[in-house]
This record gives sequence, C-alpha cells and structure tokens, in this order.
Amino acid sequence: MAQGLSRDARQGLTIVSPALIFALLLLAFPLLTIIAFSFWTQNFLEIDRTFTLENYSEALTDPLYRALMMRSLRIAASVTAVTVVLAFPIAYFISFYVRPEKKAIWLFLITIPFWTSYLIRIFLWRVILAFDGPVNGTLMELGLIEEPLSWILYNANAVVITLAHAFAPFAILPIFVSLEKIDRSLLEAAKDLGEGAVMTFFRVTLPLAMPGVLAAVLIVFIPTVGDYVTPRLVGGSGGTMIANMIYVQIFDLSNRPMGATLAVVAMLTVTITLAWAILHVRFWVHLNDRVGGGIAGLALAGAAAVVDVGILWWLWTNGADWFGPAGVLGVMAAIMAGGAISIAVFLPKGRWGI
Amino acid sequence: MRIRPLGVFAVLYLVFLYAPIVLLPLFAFNDGTVIAFPLRGFTWGWFAELGNIPALHEATLNSLIIACSVAILATCLGMFAARAATRYNFPLKGGIMGFIMLPLVLPEVIVAISLLVVLMQLGLETSIFTIILGHTLLCMPFAIAILQGSFAGLDQSLEEAAVDLGETRAGAFRLVILPLVVPGIIASLLICFIISLDEFIIAFFLSGNEPTLPVYLWGQLRFPARLPVVMALGTILVALSIVLLIVADGFRRRGLRKMGQNDAGGFL
Repeated sequence: MAQGLSRDARQGLTIVSPALIFALLLLAFPLLTIIAFSFWTQNFLEIDRTFTLENYSEALTDPLYRALMMRSLRIAASVTAVTVVLAFPIAYFISFYVRPEKKAIWLFLITIPFWTSYLIRIFLWRVILAFDGPVNGTLMELGLIEEPLSWILYNANAVVITLAHAFAPFAILPIFVSLEKIDRSLLEAAKDLGEGAVMTFFRVTLPLAMPGVLAAVLIVFIPTVGDYVTPRLVGGSGGTMIANMIYVQIFDLSNRPMGATLAVVAMLTVTITLAWAILHVRFWVHLNDRVGGGIAGLALAGAAAVVDVGILWWLWTNGADWFGPAGVLGVMAAIMAGGAISIAVFLPKGRWGI
Repeated sequence: MRIRPLGVFAVLYLVFLYAPIVLLPLFAFNDGTVIAFPLRGFTWGWFAELGNIPALHEATLNSLIIACSVAILATCLGMFAARAATRYNFPLKGGIMGFIMLPLVLPEVIVAISLLVVLMQLGLETSIFTIILGHTLLCMPFAIAILQGSFAGLDQSLEEAAVDLGETRAGAFRLVILPLVVPGIIASLLICFIISLDEFIIAFFLSGNEPTLPVYLWGQLRFPARLPVVMALGTILVALSIVLLIVADGFRRRGLRKMGQNDAGGFL
C-alpha cells in the first residue's frame, strides 16, 4: 500500500507519526482499555474478565447514577446556555464596535483569566458567593435583600455560575471568529432593502454567526459534563456530578470496572445528546426555510422543539411504568437516534454546513 | 464618546471575568485569618510564611520539573504535527489531526481515569513521569494550534529556494524555517509551561505520593487556618501566569510581524 501513496503523502505521514503514535498510546489505547473494563467485573482485588453487561444494567437502572447523570446534563446545558447567551453580545461588541487596532487587546484581556490557576479561581467563587461574601454584602448594603441569599452557594446554581465564568473565553472566541467573517456589505444590503435593525440581526447576522455559536456550544458542553473540581468546591451535596461519582468508584470503592462503565456511559450520553441537538437544529432550520424567515418560521421551529423535548420528558418521567427502568432509556435512545438519523438521511445539508 | 448599552455590558462582563483575580491579592495581603470582608489591614506575613513550608517547596520543585519537561516534549511533538498539517497532504489528514486535537474537548476526568486504569493494569507506579506523559497529551493540541499559526504563515518558496541552492531538506529546515518559527516555538513553550503548572485533574489522579503545586493547594483548601497562605501562594501563581502570558503573546506577535502578517488576536 505504501507505493500507492505519493511522495508528499508518505513524507507527511512520517512527520506526523511521532505525535500520532504518542496520541495513540496515551489516548486511544487507554480509552479502549476503559471500554474493555466496562464489560468486566471485579471480585475484591481480582478482575474477572468474562464479558458481561452487568455494569451497564446497574449504571442505567440505579436511581443514584441516573440522578447524577441527569443532573450533570442539566447543569452542563444551563452552563452552555448561560455562557453562550452572555458571550454573544461580547463577541458582537468586539467585532462590530471596537476599532480594528484594539480588537487584539480586548481578546487578550478576555483570555487572561482563563490562563490563571483553575483551582484558585473556583475557590474564590466560593468566597465571592459566601454568606458573608461581597455579593451578599453589597446587596444587603444597598437594601435590595434582607438576609443573605442562600441559593447562590453549595448547590447547582453555584456550579452554573462558576463554570459559566471558567468557560467564557471558549464561547467568546469561536463566536467572534464567525462574526468577523461576515461580509459587512450584506448588512448594508439588508438595510437598503428596508429591513429594520432587529430583523437584520435575526435574519442576516445571527444565521451567519451560527457556525460559531454551534462551535461554542460543543466546546462548552462536552467538558462541563465531566467537571470534577467545581462541584466539589462550590456544589455542596446538591451539586454533585457524574465525575465525582467516577472518582468515588475508582479511589474510594476501588471498583474500577464500575468507574470505567460510568465514564463510558457519560461519553455516550454526551455524544447522543449533542448529535440529537445538532441534527434537530438542522430540522428547525429546514422548517424555518419552508415557511420563510421571520415570526412564523421561528414559531414553527420553537413549537417543534417543545414537542420534541416534551415527548422525551414524558418518557423520562412516566415511561418506567411501561417499559421498565432500563427499557425507557432504550426507547429514548431509539427515538433520539431514529429522529437524528432520519434527519441526517432525508434532509439535504443546509445552511451552516449542518 | 456616546455610551452604548453594549459597551456598558462589555465592561460589566470584564468585571465578572476579573472578579476572582482582583480579590485574590486583597486577601493575600489582608492581616486577618478569615477569608471574608471587611479587610483588616496590610501584611506581608502570609508571603513570609510560604518560606517555612517544606512540603510546599517539594511540590513546587515537582511542578517545575513537570512543567519544563512537558513544555519541551509537547512543543517538539507539536512541531512535527503542525509541520505535517501545514506543509503536506496525506490520507486521513482530517481524522488524524482531529484525533490528536481531541484532548482539547474531551473531559479531563475521562483522560485521567483512562490513563490511571492503564497504569494500574500494567502494574506501574504513578509518579512525576506519569504526570509528564498525561500533561504532554493535554498540552500538545495547544502547542499545535500556536505552531500551526507560525508554520502557516511561511512562504514555501523560501524553503524551495534553499533546496535549489544546494541545501538538503533537513538543512533548509534548520537554516530557513526554524529561525522564522522561533517566536512561535517560544510562545508554545511558555503556554505549555503555564498549562502544566496550573493543571489539576490529571495531576490529582496520577500524582501518587509526589504532589504537584495544585494538588498541594487542593489538600490545603480543607483547612480554614491555611487559607491566607493559600491566597498568598495563589497570588504568586496568578502573577507568574500573567507575566508569562504577556511574554508569550509578545513573542507570538513578533513572529507574525516577522512574516508580515496582521495579528488575528488570541491564542485559541
């Protein structure tokens, strides 16, 4: 097969090989190992290597694991929503209002906090949000609240605030890049053709910036599902996430196969959720295009989204009576995968490359 | 200048971004044992106390050894990958590069436990060396991203001219390409150093009985009495990161200017 490749290709493969081999040994091989572990069981210190799906059925039916997985997804989804919604105006401001020679310094200012110690930053959020911290102090000083807010520390809200801070630059940069690419004459054209500022934004700017928004969603959502430090430091007992459980399984209970299974389940859940979400965005865009932009399209797309999420939510809460605890996950996965695949197959690739 | 609502929002957002970093030195210099307002007075005491903790010195040494090794290793590997990605076309290029960049988006916990499980299975002890390997995996994508910027700006005809004038490929790389990408290499070394120095999860899972600085800090966070010292240490770490970052960015820009490019801004 080697002689089938051009000289250029062979040289390229040779040069990339050190990095590739390193990544194969330290990433692909370990990932395959934990997948293998998830099918094994452990008796005290012995690993029993007979193939079994026992871990998976436990991971999917145990109410604790299910609750932690759902909470991780919910927190990650909230963090993603908050981060992207707050990041968009900043990216927009830098791209459209800051003078070109000052853009680099703004971006630099935004990325600096990201490079400083992660642990220290998260710990300081505990100080900021504390009972006697600056947030409560200022609000009480201003007379806005009578007593310290209790819902901002040691729960899921604290985790969302802290992670939204930690992942801010990851969301701003891709959105900024896609905004920078927008041809400004398109906006002028929209104005000349009589479109108002708001509708120009919704029908020209936002659609063109969408690839950046989607990249931001991916970059924020995936790592936050598996965050360990933030739930431990500011989450309290109500903010514990799946990564904390993986740690407990491996170190405290020394049940490596179960830890591996939870890790694999977490990765699979993230993949399915994202594939489902992205392909449904394509579906909504498609609907939007059929009825023309504007209010009608937006309403139709929104209604489709609500129906979609409603069906899944109903299955999650009431499906157990019909299909059993593991069965309901199977049905949900089948609906999500089926919907996603049919969209991928039947709808033509549309705007934004999706 | 007219005040725009968006501008006000941008400033508020910067306040939100910088709030923790601004508070850090306030508590580090505060003459009180409780991390809370109101502040009590100015002191250098917490910084002086840093000198009296042997466990801290050991952790610092571990961290420095790890960060230096990782910076060199990740930058070398990153150079190969960045060079291959910018100069050559090979089959499965997108897939291979995507796979190498994967640690950028993979949750760190997943990377950490899979490495740990493999080490345990092979019967190897966790040590400084294993942390170096883990951190290199994590830093490589950042090194590649920075170096790709430098390599992409190169004019290929420079290299061809050198080869036509009788240099070997390796000689052309050493004499022509390398000097042009030196600023990129320095920026990559510094960035990998910062990432490794601050990285917690992988170090926490793989450190065994040789803690790094963040792992040591994590252990101290449980003891309220130790917190002012932690704040002092944190202040030093944050200041160091910011200084290194400014230097790294300076080098990166110089590299881009050398090749007559405009600054696209930002590392990522």
